[in-house]
Amino acid sequence: MDNRDLMQGMRQSVISGDRAEAERLARLALDLGLDPLDVLEDGFSPGIREVGELWNKGEYFLPELIAGAESMKAAMRVLQPEFSENRTGLASHEKVVIGTVEGDIHDIGKSLVASMLSAHGFEVIDLGADVKLERFIETAERENARFICLSALLTTTMTGQKRLLDMLHDRGLRGRFKVLVGGAPVNADWAAGIGADAYGENAMAAVQAAKSLV
Amino acid sequence: MQKKTIRPIFNLLSPEMIEGILGEAYILMETVGLFLENREARALFRDAGARVDETEQRVFPKTELVQDALSSTPSRITMWDREGEQSYNLGADEVFFNPGSAAVTLLDHRTGEQRRAETPDVVRFAILTDRLPHIAFQSTGLISQDVPQAVSDSYRLYLGLLFSRKPIVTGTFRVESFRPMLDMLTAIRGGPAELADKPLAIFDACPSPALKWSHLTTQSLIDCARAGIPSELISMGMTGATSPVTITGTLVQHVAENLCGLTVCQLAGRGAPVIFGGSPSSFDMRKGTTPMGAVETMMIDAAYTQIARFLRLPTHAYMGLSDSKLNDSQAGLETGIGAVLAALAGVNVISGPGMLDFESCQSLEKLVIDNEICGMALRLIQGVTQRDDPMALNLFEGFTRETQFLSMPHTRRWYREEHWFPEIIDRDTHDAWAAAGRADMGSRASARVDALLAETSSTLCDADRGQQLQRIMQEASGLSGAPELPALPADPAR
Repeated sequence: MDNRDLMQGMRQSVISGDRAEAERLARLALDLGLDPLDVLEDGFSPGIREVGELWNKGEYFLPELIAGAESMKAAMRVLQPEFSENRTGLASHEKVVIGTVEGDIHDIGKSLVASMLSAHGFEVIDLGADVKLERFIETAERENARFICLSALLTTTMTGQKRLLDMLHDRGLRGRFKVLVGGAPVNADWAAGIGADAYGENAMAAVQAAKSLV
Repeated sequence: MQKKTIRPIFNLLSPEMIEGILGEAYILMETVGLFLENREARALFRDAGARVDETEQRVFPKTELVQDALSSTPSRITMWDREGEQSYNLGADEVFFNPGSAAVTLLDHRTGEQRRAETPDVVRFAILTDRLPHIAFQSTGLISQDVPQAVSDSYRLYLGLLFSRKPIVTGTFRVESFRPMLDMLTAIRGGPAELADKPLAIFDACPSPALKWSHLTTQSLIDCARAGIPSELISMGMTGATSPVTITGTLVQHVAENLCGLTVCQLAGRGAPVIFGGSPSSFDMRKGTTPMGAVETMMIDAAYTQIARFLRLPTHAYMGLSDSKLNDSQAGLETGIGAVLAALAGVNVISGPGMLDFESCQSLEKLVIDNEICGMALRLIQGVTQRDDPMALNLFEGFTRETQFLSMPHTRRWYREEHWFPEIIDRDTHDAWAAAGRADMGSRASARVDALLAETSSTLCDADRGQQLQRIMQEASGLSGAPELPALPADPAR
């Protein structure tokens, strides 16, 4: 199997959501002594981009999106430890703290965003659902994260997003983090109104937004 | 001889399917268990001999325990109106529509926009519901934004009890709210025993899919069981997202979640009234939304209702509503199909009328339109009745070419009983319709809203009980930092 076939196989494993195959090919690449960053850029990343395209075209829906993201994550888990210190040209090694705000137990959308961000090279710390606002800030500070992503699925809990931004302001921490917001009742107007850096309407949009803010 | 009238029922599941679903649900409860975040509930299970994992907050009810709980759950519940005069029997073949509950916005007919609701809107909603003939129960359908969030649940009950006589479907948002809500219901009836004897409120409680009952919702089950208030269990799996993607898979989870809740009710208060309900949905994998208008959603509702009827339990479902954001044909078709299927499935308490946008929005105009839909559905399930004997032969005695039916006494005798008349559905000839202004359904509904609200007959609670309610509500609101309640509208029609 020459390199081109290998790269094709990697791309396909993500497109078809074959987690086991993605992991296998990632390991194979390392065994063959290939540069992990090249493998990511030429093999797996085209796959997740294609998945995103198929979603945008309305051919892939949530189950396929998630399967693709999970396969990407599986490959990343193998490759990421092997990245050399010097070559960090990707949007990777950007840490993201993500969660659903306190009082809100919805997490499907949030988990999808977490998966997609991770699949696109971000290091994601997923705090889960019903997360106290303080915990977002504590974790982001401690982990030296760049992004705080807040999800809220209820009109009654989305105010938590505003409160967190106010908390950052009050502590003089606003400039340290990029804050992204999302969730069904959230929209661009709301995001702008509360002073968030960006709004993601869905997982793909969240990834675009995050990448543009790096 | 009088031939029997059939009450039409449609069934989706074979007896083997029902048995299979129940069988898996029992195994699920026993071997996988459910998360029960309420400590008192876990203690109730432990005392009943069930395996409980306190660290994981998980219970594993055995089949015998659940079946014993089923045996002590009443098969019939009689609901009563505010005055204790009119009764409604749940658990048999009758169905009772009520507006979809807990909407956060109102579709403002004048602007076409969704907006937050305030006291005057909630009052109008209650009065309108009271005056709609085919909506048997009211619900705390709108959340008012002009009171502290901490009392938004109690406050909507307060307004509903003040302004409508109909039995009310409601629920708590906070554990602390149960007390003032119970006090208001007790004040209406005159005492706790009277309330338990003639329930006028149903409290909704939803497990969190998959397989979890939160502290708040379980507390509602316990509190209601001890007060004799019917709990309506509303399992709400989203296929392929928070429950299995197959309809049968979701049904297994639905049954397990609800039967666990039912067991809690019986352990807290043996003989407590329970309604087997739900609000599941066929999760849309393209949009990440939960369409209530999807036919698969309605199929899940009808199927679990069939299982609940098999278990001889009163039933409920969220059907007869739409995901549309407007009062358009999508709203009409989804609501229409849902209401008819719910009635044919024999769902006792049907929550939905008035509702739009994935259970988040109420519309007064839609409520009036949906009242017509409910009227049709109710007529349908009355079935075909043999009015007289012979059914037609005597009408044709002496039949000639000149015979006509319009002038027959027989026609005059039966036409109003046999045929139902809608109020705002248009049946004019084209010319009559044009002459009357070419109105569409939306404008006809809007005019009807105004007309109904302008009626002078009062739906207001008597002064004595009204004052008691106000005192209780004021105290609850005061404890949340707002001792002054919003003013009640003098003239709700405006």
